Amino acid sequence: MANTTGESALDTGAVGAEIEDERRAEAVRGEPPFTEHPASGDRLAAALKDAVIAGLIALALAGPMVGLRTETAIGGLSLSQHWLPVAVIVAVVFLGRLLLNLFVWRTGGRTKPITATSFRLLPSGEQLEKWRWPGLVAAIAFTIVMPFLPFADRYWMDQAIVVLTYCMLGWGLNVVVGLAGLLDLGYVAFYAVGAYSFALLATNFDLGFWVCLPMAGILAAGWGLILGFPVLRLRGDYLAIVTLAFGEIIRVVIINWYDFTNGPDGISGIPRPTLFGIPFERGDDGFAAVFGLEYSSIQRIIFLYYIILVLALVTNFVTLRLRRLPVGRAWEALREDEIACRSLGINTTNTKLTAFATGAMFGGFAGSFFATRQGFISPESFTAIESFIILAVVVLGGLGSQLGIVIAVIFLNTAFEVLRGLDEYRMLIVGLMMVLIMVWRPRGLVSTRRPSVTLSGRAKAVRGELVGEGSG
Amino acid sequence: MNRWESDPILTVEHLTMRFGGLVAIDDLSFSVGRGDITAIIGPNGAGKTTVFNCVTGFYKPTEGRIAIALDKADAETLERLTAGGQRMSEDRNILLLDRMPDFEIARDARVARTFQNIRLFGGMTVLENLFVAQHNKLMLASNYTIGGIFGLSRYRKGQDDALGRARYWLEQIDLIDRADDPAADLPYGAQRRLEIARAMCTGPKLLCLDEPAAGLNPRESAELNTLLRFIRDEHGISVLLIEHDMGVVMEISDHIVVLDYGEKISDGAADFVRHDPKVIAAYLGVEDEEVETPAEQGASG
Repeated sequence: MANTTGESALDTGAVGAEIEDERRAEAVRGEPPFTEHPASGDRLAAALKDAVIAGLIALALAGPMVGLRTETAIGGLSLSQHWLPVAVIVAVVFLGRLLLNLFVWRTGGRTKPITATSFRLLPSGEQLEKWRWPGLVAAIAFTIVMPFLPFADRYWMDQAIVVLTYCMLGWGLNVVVGLAGLLDLGYVAFYAVGAYSFALLATNFDLGFWVCLPMAGILAAGWGLILGFPVLRLRGDYLAIVTLAFGEIIRVVIINWYDFTNGPDGISGIPRPTLFGIPFERGDDGFAAVFGLEYSSIQRIIFLYYIILVLALVTNFVTLRLRRLPVGRAWEALREDEIACRSLGINTTNTKLTAFATGAMFGGFAGSFFATRQGFISPESFTAIESFIILAVVVLGGLGSQLGIVIAVIFLNTAFEVLRGLDEYRMLIVGLMMVLIMVWRPRGLVSTRRPSVTLSGRAKAVRGELVGEGSG
Repeated sequence: MNRWESDPILTVEHLTMRFGGLVAIDDLSFSVGRGDITAIIGPNGAGKTTVFNCVTGFYKPTEGRIAIALDKADAETLERLTAGGQRMSEDRNILLLDRMPDFEIARDARVARTFQNIRLFGGMTVLENLFVAQHNKLMLASNYTIGGIFGLSRYRKGQDDALGRARYWLEQIDLIDRADDPAADLPYGAQRRLEIARAMCTGPKLLCLDEPAAGLNPRESAELNTLLRFIRDEHGISVLLIEHDMGVVMEISDHIVVLDYGEKISDGAADFVRHDPKVIAAYLGVEDEEVETPAEQGASG
């Protein structure tokens, strides 16, 4: 500590001014960096350089996405190459960028460098705000009519179901990681608890999907509390390690408790969901016969699709709603500063436990959907890699952002599907892409935070760099 | 008789705090008068913040008793509670803070605090900070979330009340125009004011401020004085503060407690403390006769 007397008052004053300067500098840093107008001779060179960079980005994107295509061949899949469209895309991007650089983006003697625009490839918080409601309505309308669109065959419906399942898992984990700031590496444990709860209840007690679903959610929430208690005092890395261990413990118990869980053999014959008791099968009592339709196996897939759509929308609605309630605000406050929370009379123990339980409950719902969709579950489905993928979705999307998670899930699923033919290189390329995204947007795709309550009624998004990441 | 003797809101008796072998506070006793602004001063390392952390429950005292009397001091009940091992009296008037965890002290004993290094929720807006402070009231209004999810009228009313209280304090600290800005974007002085407003939104009886004037310029310090007087006079809140800025301390304090090396060396009204030779010696570390005049300047400027 410094010396005594009146001088110390001066010292603290100076420190205060420094902090203020730092904050100002931080506030300015949020703006996109604009460079000074280059000398006129440099302009063409700068525009060319910028266009080349844009062209390379286009090549990197279009190469794997357009240039390589998997096709069904005898004995599996084969990779066909289509380099002409790639060349066209790259050329269009290069020329367009060059022309834009030379003739459009020269307002007020300032050129906009690639850095400025690449940071704006995704719209800023304010721009998103304008498209919030129209975008939401359009997205929901699209998801509702999607099964009846011409392209929606079995493959597309399966992909849509996978995307929605991961959205739901991402939104559930987002409560724990994104809002409460508690790093949870064992989320798949709750997915597993939900799936096994459903499977065991349904096969042993002959209960239907709609009865088992809430029970699976409650059981998973209970396990969330059980995990929550021992880890309340842990923070950061230590918390992550213990949750990771918890995820593995659940899996190992499932493998070894043969009498109860059927061990590595898994549980089969899990009942399919029914529409008010009408099963989706061939026969006189089946859905097709009752409604006078021709039987098709896709009807069951479409029904599953609508179930997961409703579950995902409910998850989204409830988590958004919770965020605007005192409990959600307390989660976020916990992420920002736990000590300040306690000084305001918030019971941080209960707050953390509710976050764990809420997240686990949605994981449990998703798990029971997984079980009914597959009809068969085994410990194989609940490995640590699943936890990592769900966490990656949350981090990639931007902690706390619901929209970011959807984008991240679609991105990852598309990447996995497109690269399916590359076998072991698939993980490598997806990993590399994720690294690049995190370099490009360190706080995830949508890093801004919407305030949960406003005085003026117009919500201004909070910049990502101000939002805490949580350390507990 | 002084208010801190006749009707103390907070009484600290024989408080001792040891960290391993280090004695941070040694057998400290003092009282905070109801409706007074009480300052704890002392050289760096005297144990001021440790006292604060004991009072607000962030540290568990090694020995001693810390009691708050929310409505009226009552020595008899206090002794009964101490002997009976209870935390609080049935009417929730007397509470023993040394037996309560930190969040219960803020919630039930109605002690609010600020921090030496500001602890706002930086990524949340100014208004959200004030809403988090009203968490327990809002939790109740939302029927512990169930009513809130369905948007019952009780929750809507609770939210309106919270908004009204937040708006009131934002007007008092002159930040109403920045209600929807992130707290981290505010200038330093405004963050200090916001932290005080956030503490006030919890509805406290005793407000503990840890160096509220640190880093403020003279104008902001003067505004802080006005705000603290307003809190005391208009809301009847007792204030306990740690401060190095003698301009603030001497001007607004009704009662000053001086600590040095974890012990109380002086206790009384501003004028008494200002002229106490022990205080002068502690602050300047030399014989008092030699430096009577500069010490006074240091103390009043």
